[in-house]
Amino acid sequence: MIKDYKTIREVASPLMVVEQVEGVTYDELAEIELPSGELRRGKVLEVEGDKAVVQLFESAQGINLAQSKVRFLGHPLELAVSEDMLGRVFNGMGRPIDGGPELLAEAYRDINGMPMNPAARAYPAEFIQTGVSTIDGLNTLVRGQKLPIFSASGLPHAALAAQIARQAKVLGDGENFAVVFAAVGITFEESEYFIEDFKRTGAIDRTVVFSNLANDPAVERIATPRMALTAAEYLAFEKDMQVLVIITDITNYAEALREVSAAKKEVPGRRGYPGYLYTDLATMYERAGRRIGCKGSITMIPILTMPEDDKTHPIPDLTGYITEGQIILSRDLHRKGIVPPVDVLPSLSRLKDKGIGEGKTREDHAGTMNQLFAAYSRGKDAKELMTILGEAALSDDDKLFAKFADEFEKQYVNQGNTTNRSIQETLDLGWKLLSILPRAELKRIKPELIEKYMK
Amino acid sequence: MSGTIIKVSGPLVVAEGLSDANVSDVVRVGSQRLIGEILNMSGDKASIQVYEETSGLGPGAVVETTGMPMSVELGPGMLENIYDGIQRPLPEIREMSGASISRGTDVPALNRSKKWDFVPTAKAGDKLSGGDVIGTVQETSAISHKIMVPPGLSGTLLSVEEGSFTVTDTVAVLEDEKGVKHELSMMQRWPVRINRPYARKFVPSRPMNSGQRIIDTLFPIAKGGTAAVPGPFGSGKTVVQHQLAKWSDVDIVVYIGCGERGNEMTDVLMEFPELTDPRNGEPLMKRTVLIANTSDMPVAAREASIYTGITIAEYFRDMGYDVAVLADSTSRWAEALREMSGRLEEMPGEEGYPAYLASRIAQFYERAGCVECLGADGRQGSVTAIGAVSPPGGDISEPVSQATMRIVKVFWALDSSLAYARHFPAINWLTSYSLYLDTLAPWYSKEFGPKYMTNRDKAMHILQEENELQEIVRLVGQDALGAADRLTMETAKMLREDFLQQNAFVDEDAYSSYGKQFELMDLILSFDEMSRAALEKGADMKALFAIPSKARIGRAKMAAPDRYKEEYAGILADMKKEIDAIIEGGEDA
Repeated sequence: MIKDYKTIREVASPLMVVEQVEGVTYDELAEIELPSGELRRGKVLEVEGDKAVVQLFESAQGINLAQSKVRFLGHPLELAVSEDMLGRVFNGMGRPIDGGPELLAEAYRDINGMPMNPAARAYPAEFIQTGVSTIDGLNTLVRGQKLPIFSASGLPHAALAAQIARQAKVLGDGENFAVVFAAVGITFEESEYFIEDFKRTGAIDRTVVFSNLANDPAVERIATPRMALTAAEYLAFEKDMQVLVIITDITNYAEALREVSAAKKEVPGRRGYPGYLYTDLATMYERAGRRIGCKGSITMIPILTMPEDDKTHPIPDLTGYITEGQIILSRDLHRKGIVPPVDVLPSLSRLKDKGIGEGKTREDHAGTMNQLFAAYSRGKDAKELMTILGEAALSDDDKLFAKFADEFEKQYVNQGNTTNRSIQETLDLGWKLLSILPRAELKRIKPELIEKYMK
Repeated sequence: MSGTIIKVSGPLVVAEGLSDANVSDVVRVGSQRLIGEILNMSGDKASIQVYEETSGLGPGAVVETTGMPMSVELGPGMLENIYDGIQRPLPEIREMSGASISRGTDVPALNRSKKWDFVPTAKAGDKLSGGDVIGTVQETSAISHKIMVPPGLSGTLLSVEEGSFTVTDTVAVLEDEKGVKHELSMMQRWPVRINRPYARKFVPSRPMNSGQRIIDTLFPIAKGGTAAVPGPFGSGKTVVQHQLAKWSDVDIVVYIGCGERGNEMTDVLMEFPELTDPRNGEPLMKRTVLIANTSDMPVAAREASIYTGITIAEYFRDMGYDVAVLADSTSRWAEALREMSGRLEEMPGEEGYPAYLASRIAQFYERAGCVECLGADGRQGSVTAIGAVSPPGGDISEPVSQATMRIVKVFWALDSSLAYARHFPAINWLTSYSLYLDTLAPWYSKEFGPKYMTNRDKAMHILQEENELQEIVRLVGQDALGAADRLTMETAKMLREDFLQQNAFVDEDAYSSYGKQFELMDLILSFDEMSRAALEKGADMKALFAIPSKARIGRAKMAAPDRYKEEYAGILADMKKEIDAIIEGGEDA
C-alpha cells in the first residue's frame, strides 16, 4: 500500500526533506506530485527515524511544500527496456521525446545495475577495426573495452567519435550491432551533429538516444548515463547485440555530481568534487565488458573535456585510472591542421596486447607498434632540440628521427574524418614510415619480420 | 542479540538496541542479512559499515550481531581461488547468482563438501603447542598445505587420523593442560585486523628474485620486505604488479585487486593457469590466491580486502613459506577509508583523509617481514608486501604516497614520460630507491661474486652522469661534449634500451634470471670499458659506435635462457676483435 505524504519540510534543490514517513528505505524511488498533477522523481539518499532526505532527479521548480504530495514506490529508479528502444530518442530520464508512442516495456531494470562478478567476465580480445590508424595501429580498441576520448574545449572530439561509430567493425563478422548514445549536458548543436551523422549513414535505426541537453536540469544528468547503460546492458546481454556506447560529456556529469554533493554539505575532495567521484565513475565505466556465455558486448567510448587541457584534473585523472586506456586529442596538432588530432604518445589502449598479432591483425603488429611509438617519441625530442639549437646540433640519426616525426604526423595521424583505412593499410603505412630510419635502430622488431615486411 | 536500524546513509547504517555488541563485531543487517561490521558504539547505538549495497534498507529493519570480529577461514581450498573483499568465493557466487553479484549471498570461503587427503605427521601422545604441524594436505601440485595447531592452544595429541576429510571434519583431538579436549579440523578462523603471531622477527637478508632486470639488479627487494609502486595512470603499475605476481621466486602469491578494473582480475584468472613457474614448471595459478574487490563492487568491502589478503598471506607464512602480497591499489583502499570517515562525520585530516590514515598504512606494511614461525621445528617464513599507489595526477606529494613512502623500504617510481616513449617497465632509475642494498649485498657477492654489485654501482653512476650530460646537451648541443662524455651517453643509452627495458609480453624477455642479468650488464659495461680504452689510444668514436656487435647487444636480451651464456661470450669475443681492429686501423692512419 503506497501512501501519499504531504509532509515536505524543506526543498533546497536538489535535496528535499520529507517528515513523518514510515517504512521508507535507502535508494528508493520517490515520486512527487505537484498541485498541477505533474510528476517529478527523486531517490532517497538518507533515512533517519521518520525523516527522509530525497535527491531530486528533476528540477525543483514549482514544488509547493504544502500541496505537493510525495509517494515512495518501494523500488529504485527503473528503466523500461525493450528491443523497440532502437531508433528512438528519450530524454535524460528515459521518457520518449521523439513524438512517438510510449515504449511497451518488456522488462524494468534498476538503472544502477549490479557489480559484475570478475569471475564471470570474458576477457575482451576481439579486434575492432575503427579505420583510424592512430587507434587501430597504435591504440587498438577491442570489443568490450572502455576507451575514453580526452578532449578539450574547441577540439573536434565529436567528429572522431562519430567516425568511430560509423566505421567500427569486427573483421569477418556480420553480427547484430547497436549504438547507445547518451548526450549529457551538451548543446543541441553537438547532439544534433551525432544524430544527423547516424541518420546519414542509416545507423539511426540501430541507435538509442538519451538526450539531456545543456538547458535541461543538471541533476537529471546523474541518471542519464545510467539510463543509457541500462539500455545497453539489456541489448548486449539479453538480446546478444554488440553495443557501442558513446557518452558525452562526462565533465558535465561530474559537475552535476559536485553540485549534489555540495548541496548535501559533504566534505569535498580535490577541486570540490566529492571524495567518492572515483567510485561513482567506476560504477558506470565498469558496466562495459563481456560476460562468459554471452554473445553480446558493451564497448564504451566516453568523451570528456579536460578543463584547461589539464590531464591531471580530477575528472580525466580518475577516468584514466578506471578505463582501459585513453585517446588524447592535442591542441598543437589541431592547430597544425592535423585531423584527427590524436596525440599518440600519451594515448594508450591497455587491452591491445590480446587483440592484436597473428590471427587477429597481423604478426608484425606488436613490434611495429612499439617501434613507431619509440621512434616518434625520439623524433619529437629531436625536434625540440632542433628548435633550441638549430638543425646543425643534431646527430645524423636524430635528423632522420626528426624527419620521421614530421612524416608520421602528416601521413599516419592526418588521415581526415572520412578515410577508412583497413588494418593492413595502417600496418603497411607504418612500415613505409619506418623505412626512413636506419635499420640498426629498429630494435623493437624481430629481424625476420623486418626482412619480410620492409619494402 | 539484535537491534533495530534508525538511520541509513549509503554504506553506513546506525542501529540501536545493540548494547551487548562489541566494537568490530560482524553483524547481519536487514532481511537480506547483509554483512556489516561495527565501527563505533555510543550508548546502545552502533555505527555499522555494511559490506554490500544497502539499497532497500530502512529504519525498523533488524540488525543481528554474530559476536565475532571480521574473520577469514584458513585451510585447504584457498589456492587457485578468487575471493571478494570479505572472502566469499566469486566462482561459487557466479554459480548461484549469475554474472552479477547479488546481495546477501552467504557462501562459506572454504568449500564444505570437498574432501582433502590428510596425512598426519604428528602422532598420538605428542606434546604440541600453537603452530606445530599435525599433518599435511597436498593442496595443489605445487603446494603442500601444513595443518597446524591454532595459535594459543597447546597440550597432548590424543588421536590423529589419516584419510579423506572435509575442512570441518575432525582430524585430531588435543587435550590441553586443564584436561579440556579440543577437536581440531583442517580449518582455522582468524580475525583479519589482528596480526597472526610468530616466534620472532628478523631483518630480511635474502632478495626476492622477480626476473625484472631493473628491480633485481638496480633496486632489489628483500623477502620479507616492503615496496611501493607509485605512478600516474597509464604508467604500467598493473603490469609491474602482474610481472611480480608471475615471476617472483616465492612459494605463494596473494594478489589483491582493490578497487581496480574487473578485466584485470579476469586477465589474471585466464592467464595464470596457462603460465608456468620457471622454477618448478607448475602452473602459476597453483600458488596464487586472488582477492578481487573491483571498483564497481561495494566500497566498504574494499577497505576489508587488504586485511583479508594479508591475513591469508600470514597464514601461509606460518607454514614456513615465502609469501608475496601484491595490493593494487592501496590508494583505493585509502579512499574507501576516507569515504567511511566522511560518513561518520569524523574531523578530516589532509585532503579529507582521516587523521589515522598514516597509522593504518603503517600497520598494514608492518605485517610484512621475515619470521621464525610458531612451532617447535623453528621453520622460517616471510611475507613481502608490495603496494601500488595511484596518486592523483601522478603527484606524489599527496597524503597516501607520502604516508607510504615513510614506511616502505623500496620505492619503484613509475614515470609517465618513460611510458609515453614506451620504455617499460617505466621505473625511473633516478628517483627510485632500495634501502635493502646494504643488507642484500653479501648475498649477491656470495652467489655471483662481488662484481655484481660493483657493476650495479657503475651502471647507476653512468645513468646519473648521463642525466647531467643531458642538461649540457640541451643547452649547447651534443658536439660540445668530449669523446669520453659521448661514450658515457652512448653506454647509458645502451643500459636504458638494452638492459632496463624489458618487454612483459615477449616470452624470451618477460623473465630474466640473475645470471642473464649479470652477464648482460657485464656485456654492456665491457663495451664501455673497451671503448674507453680505445678512445684513449686515439680510436675513432663513430667507428666504435658502429661496430656490429653493439647492435647485437641490442638484441641480446632476447637470448633463450639456456643459450645466453654462449651467445654473450660470442658477442664479447667479436666485440674485442672489432674494437682492436679499429684501434689498429687508427694507428695505421
